[in-house]
Amino acid sequence: MENSEWLSSPAITHSPHTALYSLTMNDIQIKKSSTVYDAIIVGSGAGGGMAGYVLAHAGLKVLMLEAGPFFDPAKDSMQLKWPYESARRGAGTTRYFGDFDAAYGGWEIDGEPYTTKDNTEFHWFRSRMLGGRTNHWGRISLRMGPDDFKGHHIDGLTDDWPISYEDVKPFYDKVDRLIGVYGTVENLPNEPDGIFLPPPKPRLNELYIKKGAAKAGVKVIAGRGSVLTEALPGNKDRGACFFCGQCGRSCKVYGDFSSSSCLVIPAIKTGNLKVIPNAMVREVLTDADGLATGVSYISKDDMQEYQVKGGMVILGASAGESARLLLNSKSSRHPNGLANSSGVVGRYLHDSTGSSAGGWLPELMDRKRYNEDGVGSVHIYGPWVYDNKKLNFPRGYHIEFGGGLHMPGYGFSGGIQNMNGVVPGKDGKMKEAGGFGADLKNDYRRFYGTGFGMAGRGTAIARYDNYCEIDPNVVDKFGIPVLRFHYKWSDYEINQAKHMQDTFQEIMHNMGGAIYGPPAGKETSYGLEAPGMIIHEVGTVRMGDDPKKSALNKYCQAHDCKNLFVVDAAPFVQQGDKNATWTILALSMRTAEYILSQRKKTNV
Amino acid sequence: MNRRESLKALGIGTLSAGVLLEACKPNNNKLAEDTKDTGVTADNAGRQPFEVERDKKLNADKFFTDHEMATITLLGDIIIPKDARSGSASDAKVPAFIEFIVKDMPDHQTPMRGGLRWLDLQCLNRYGKTFVDAASSQQIEMVTEIAYPKKAKPEMAQGVSFFNRMRDLTASGFYTSKIGIEDLGYAGNAPGKWDGVPAEVLKQYNIKDAWGDKWD
Repeated sequence: MENSEWLSSPAITHSPHTALYSLTMNDIQIKKSSTVYDAIIVGSGAGGGMAGYVLAHAGLKVLMLEAGPFFDPAKDSMQLKWPYESARRGAGTTRYFGDFDAAYGGWEIDGEPYTTKDNTEFHWFRSRMLGGRTNHWGRISLRMGPDDFKGHHIDGLTDDWPISYEDVKPFYDKVDRLIGVYGTVENLPNEPDGIFLPPPKPRLNELYIKKGAAKAGVKVIAGRGSVLTEALPGNKDRGACFFCGQCGRSCKVYGDFSSSSCLVIPAIKTGNLKVIPNAMVREVLTDADGLATGVSYISKDDMQEYQVKGGMVILGASAGESARLLLNSKSSRHPNGLANSSGVVGRYLHDSTGSSAGGWLPELMDRKRYNEDGVGSVHIYGPWVYDNKKLNFPRGYHIEFGGGLHMPGYGFSGGIQNMNGVVPGKDGKMKEAGGFGADLKNDYRRFYGTGFGMAGRGTAIARYDNYCEIDPNVVDKFGIPVLRFHYKWSDYEINQAKHMQDTFQEIMHNMGGAIYGPPAGKETSYGLEAPGMIIHEVGTVRMGDDPKKSALNKYCQAHDCKNLFVVDAAPFVQQGDKNATWTILALSMRTAEYILSQRKKTNV
Repeated sequence: MNRRESLKALGIGTLSAGVLLEACKPNNNKLAEDTKDTGVTADNAGRQPFEVERDKKLNADKFFTDHEMATITLLGDIIIPKDARSGSASDAKVPAFIEFIVKDMPDHQTPMRGGLRWLDLQCLNRYGKTFVDAASSQQIEMVTEIAYPKKAKPEMAQGVSFFNRMRDLTASGFYTSKIGIEDLGYAGNAPGKWDGVPAEVLKQYNIKDAWGDKWD
């Protein structure tokens, strides 16, 4: 691939921070550009990337601002590195998901704090880089189902979306074709099928999981992931997967979906999209009529202030950052923050629930070695196909499974003293747990590749009282007021986590001699992860038909400001148990096409 | 772009899959441990400047004394000795890894330093010598007291905790090294085509099909 070609294109080699005149304020300057772009997009992840891709291909002149550095997986990925090429052997000291993981940032970023309120807890993962969190995500690509968009009639809870599955289906289809997703057609009621590439077959451990799940009455099907298990028809820029199982590092041949590789870099090649990296947007600027005119940002390269102009502003900065930007964009026309006359911006924040379990299979000891890396997304998962009316929680969860002969890393076979005393040695005799020497060395070999794990990811109910707001007392190192979170799980989510734990126990019990611990108990809310830990946060700038109860219309266009759009997970009214990315992509494409249709009518 | 073209794009060229597999085996790669004790390579592509700086600083610092390093080296080789299949912990540069990781993860520092001192005091009281200076039979006797958590005497509890940590760090360092990866027989990190569990393995476990829907 000729990746050097677009890099040397004028779009990004010219100094991005072009200033035509400067406004001097003591020693700080605000540099204003006179160029008026058709659209300014804030953020380069799934939402911003897709909007940029569609609009640039349609010929609009688009400026994209990204708060982190430029990132091209072809050059910057750590793919195929060995553990010993990391001094810490892949441990997560500076990157939470490990030294080779493709996320710049994490739960904490130096100089960019956030706070919590009323002793509640929320963890906010941010990737500051081109493509954002799509560079390292799990590639699990699930469509939301009809009951996820409109589930109020079933349980009387939460709010329905103003759009249905049928409205979004054409865009899911187009995303499938454009980006590629593997899976199997299953005809399940609330787990819509897509246009699938062949799925990877299960690993050995996963065959045991399937067996245990089948006995326990838990449905398990082939995974659904945005990895090119075969060449993507009609696409010459992306390589087919070669099965290293390292999607989390991002892919040098673009064999999986990252917004950087699949959307932004192709959009740059059109000549219509310009990216300014290291640009931390401060606020959306509006005119006397309340319309968006552009944004102001600080360049992390030179710490100077800039203003850029656009015919419209599209926020794809993430559910948290887009809400923060709107709340920080106050004016006389928008005294509660931009697009916030309803007061809902920041409200209804919700993350998926998560709870997990794992163990190991003595039957797999001394197993034959072969390359079992597979893909870096799930090979099998368990969709939710059960009736909540019989349960004490209103909405479901899916289960992600894994296990196999994985690449060793920091923590390899830790706590072996808890394993080698519970099964007989090769001579058939029980051994004393722990130990050292040649016998222990042999145990490490014997136990390698016997482990497995499972993790539930469930629907949390969107609630007005779970929110982010501007902390009145705290700014980040750029002087931008930061978010303050207030989030509590309810009994619904806790009961759901208990059900996950009980289900995991049943599956593991039925796997055939698996060794595992007791279920996580009440004292840990059944292993329920703290809000934000699943990194599926959505809902802070919700869409709706009623401008008094929602910030955006059903095309993700602000009720209060017709040339402002939000294309990340912020517009979600109510998540399903499905990972958000595929829906972000579909909705962003839908919004971008709406923008194009409105331009034809000269309404935007 | 098909798989062959993918590999070409990776710079691997148009080699056959078998050759690729061979090329990606650890023994044919330029190894960090051959060039530098701590495993840092010159290739910093994709790493953030603060990460590179941080590693540089950690490598310049020294945490363990020479005596402590000698004890760690000895303990590591008692935990993972050379055998017919592979070398020892020190052959795989595990002591250098432990020196790095306690600087990288300061939570290890006090338990390691204190544990090593605990071990020396035990040996001084028992044998009149530190651990490294004790006879090898005495070293093994001492390690045996702390290596088996369930049968260890209550007064050995702190030693057991230390040894559990030392064993885990030794395993981490060894099995992530070139020697350890070869010893394990990890066959991945190499371009290939995943087509499910190999037939002979399915047969070994009485599984009838690669999707696991039928078992004997």
